[in-house]
Amino acid sequence: MSLEEKVKLAAEALDDHAVEMVKWHFSPETGCKFWLEWADKQDWNPLEEIKSFSDISNKFPNFQDEWLRDLPNDVWAPKAYAGRPFNIFETGGTTGMPKQRIGWDDYKIDYTAFSKTLSDEHFPKDHYWMMVGPTGPRRLRLAIEHLANERGCSCYFVDLDPRWVKRLIASKQYDQARAYMDHAIDQALTILKHRSVSALFTTPKLLEAMAERKDLVKAGIKGVFCGGTTMNKQYTRFLCEEVCEDGKIGFVPTYGNTLMGLARHRPFGPENDYSITYHAPQPRAVLRVVNTDTNTPVDYNDWGRVELTTLTKEFFMPRFLERDEAIRREPWEEAPWDGVAEVRPFGAMQKTIVEGVY
Amino acid sequence: MSTPHIPCLRLGKPYVSLSQSSVNDYRDGSEKATLSQVNAGVIRRDILRLNDAKAALNKLSTNELIEISAKAGEFFLKADLPVGVDGTTHSPQEYISTLSSTSGLPHVMVRRNMDKIHFALSNLKLILNGLTRGLDLSVLDNGFGEQAGSPVCFFPTTDALGLVMPSNSPAVNSLWLPSIALKVPIMMKPGRDEPWTPYRLIQAFIAAGCPEEAFGFYPTDHEGAGDILRLCGRALIFGDKSTTDIYAGNPGVQVHGPGFSKILIGEDEIDNWPDYVDLMASSIADNGGRSCVNASAVVVPRFGREIADALGEKLGAINPTSSDDPDAVLSGFANPKMGEWIDSAIEADLHQEGAEDYTAKYREGKRLVQNENGTFLKPSVVYCESFDHPLSNREFLCPYASVVEAPQKDMLRLIGPTLVVTAISNDSSFKKDLLAAPNIERLNLGPISTMKISWDQPHEGNMFEFLYKRRSIGMAA
Repeated sequence: MSLEEKVKLAAEALDDHAVEMVKWHFSPETGCKFWLEWADKQDWNPLEEIKSFSDISNKFPNFQDEWLRDLPNDVWAPKAYAGRPFNIFETGGTTGMPKQRIGWDDYKIDYTAFSKTLSDEHFPKDHYWMMVGPTGPRRLRLAIEHLANERGCSCYFVDLDPRWVKRLIASKQYDQARAYMDHAIDQALTILKHRSVSALFTTPKLLEAMAERKDLVKAGIKGVFCGGTTMNKQYTRFLCEEVCEDGKIGFVPTYGNTLMGLARHRPFGPENDYSITYHAPQPRAVLRVVNTDTNTPVDYNDWGRVELTTLTKEFFMPRFLERDEAIRREPWEEAPWDGVAEVRPFGAMQKTIVEGVY
Repeated sequence: MSTPHIPCLRLGKPYVSLSQSSVNDYRDGSEKATLSQVNAGVIRRDILRLNDAKAALNKLSTNELIEISAKAGEFFLKADLPVGVDGTTHSPQEYISTLSSTSGLPHVMVRRNMDKIHFALSNLKLILNGLTRGLDLSVLDNGFGEQAGSPVCFFPTTDALGLVMPSNSPAVNSLWLPSIALKVPIMMKPGRDEPWTPYRLIQAFIAAGCPEEAFGFYPTDHEGAGDILRLCGRALIFGDKSTTDIYAGNPGVQVHGPGFSKILIGEDEIDNWPDYVDLMASSIADNGGRSCVNASAVVVPRFGREIADALGEKLGAINPTSSDDPDAVLSGFANPKMGEWIDSAIEADLHQEGAEDYTAKYREGKRLVQNENGTFLKPSVVYCESFDHPLSNREFLCPYASVVEAPQKDMLRLIGPTLVVTAISNDSSFKKDLLAAPNIERLNLGPISTMKISWDQPHEGNMFEFLYKRRSIGMAA
């Protein structure tokens, strides 16, 4: 099948899925309180007027993140899940109330699907993983453990609280931030010294710090699954060539968060100057790179704001503007829909962004 | 000629980064070079390999490295040297005109800076003799020896000298030059607008036979600069007060900030003040008024207004000219906003009572000039009634000085920390007080320009004592 045909089929599948999810969330039998009450206040009916994904883009306003911060969690519980306790996952929250998303099985579905994209060479089955990074109230902690389990592995955890790191950096307590990072690295290296671990999930900065103190190849690490902060082309090249020693350790960058799930990357390397393009787990989540003034996708290879729409039975979130900007890339054989490339904090070229060590 | 690309040098090996910045002509924005920008992790990994760099330098004796330095000085002054990865070279004249076009320094001043660097490289033996107080330099090769009949043993305090360089004046590079002969590799972040001089110096050293491993050249971001300062063990930083205050009190970091250099005239000599106007003017305005050793205040017991007027007449008429004018006195600003900010800061403080701009009446037009040659600030001499005025003890990146009246007995207390003091007085009691003053880094007794530097004496710290430490040693017979 040609890429063109794959793109067409994927678009049709997305349209069908979008209509199905809107029906689910806006029907009194299955939907949640928030969207049912929201629909009552509109002069249009999503059940009747959403016939494709582009209808969602054109008719819904941007999802407001305050809704996840200010409203009680249960307004988001679809009626179909009544009686099942939910997980509460948090995002952000350096100061004040964090955003919270509830969920049941989404993280397992997302990460089971993602497991299929990992190679057995770099992420061997039936072994041990280690996650070094933000655990706490984040979806990631359970998701990584599920992913490891999905591959027959068990996982060690070393926590790092990014909210504390951000506060330290914002108040210029760089020594404290460094000491806290060293504290996390000490714990990770202790695990590596006493236990056999073949795969790491961590952030680029923590990966670098670990590699500065221990030869990760000799320590038995075969694959690194990495996400959390900006990786520009030079930084990606550095991580691949020097930290992961030119392929001795498989380097799998990811883009994701509590609200989306996990976007996979397409192949990159010296041939494309280490430009990383991510593709969302469509149709469960859709990433667009848009001009926010016109609500239209920017041209391919142009920069725009990243916009996320999540379409699962557990959670409907139309047109959430991420705090990121990216380059829009063309569809790929294995993910025949738009990709987002060289993701960086929105406005990164204009101001200093506190990203810290995580 | 295509635009050269200046790579990072990873312990001598060129490394072309995927992140690159432009070095542009400050007048028309045209690109003069692209510059590899590296992430801090690159620097941290190279710091882990410094043993190799040290070992390469240790293969040569100090005297051999002194000879190499002298040869490097000749190459720096006279040779065509590589400037990019593509084989591009710069002749001395191309270096001068390119550096001038990105920094704003007129050609004539770049040439003078080149001469200073050349002098330092050619006279390293003299410089090290001064800094080590006559130590037989073979002691550094052997690790021990004798000095004045006593056993001595010196060991290096660091594996590398970290450098976070400025863009304002090429001659500041002369401060790190002794490091190579002292067998300490350098890890440098060059100034954003001035990669030219350090890169040319490194190429001159390599051409002269110095091991390339001795040179780390890392255009980088704040994180990278911070890591150079944090991890090198010994480092120099140049910057304004807000930057240097962060490292004040850190014994591993030698801070080179504003100098607040001053000329003091004593009671006994003040009636002869007209004899010193030329000295005062050149101390204020030489090198475009950009150096920490430029005088930024003239402190006198009386005749303050008369002196300010005489300096105003001498300096006020100076106008910006083209960068290749051999008589150019003023430097352009690579960042026009800096010139605008300085002008507005001086103007704002002049509104406060107790100060008067004595250059204003001799100046054609305004202090700030923006034309096809760039952004310039004409000289400013401001009379201040006392050190209470905010303009009395300020330093700007242009020819600026205050003239302040203060009784001789109070001068040393009022001037605060001062890099260079030129004291004009024959009063032995005053001289004694000056010699004992802890707030003066360099003291010129008599009519000597504040700009005059003695290479064989410490400048904001003794580089030998910074890089080496003495320990006691005992050896079985």
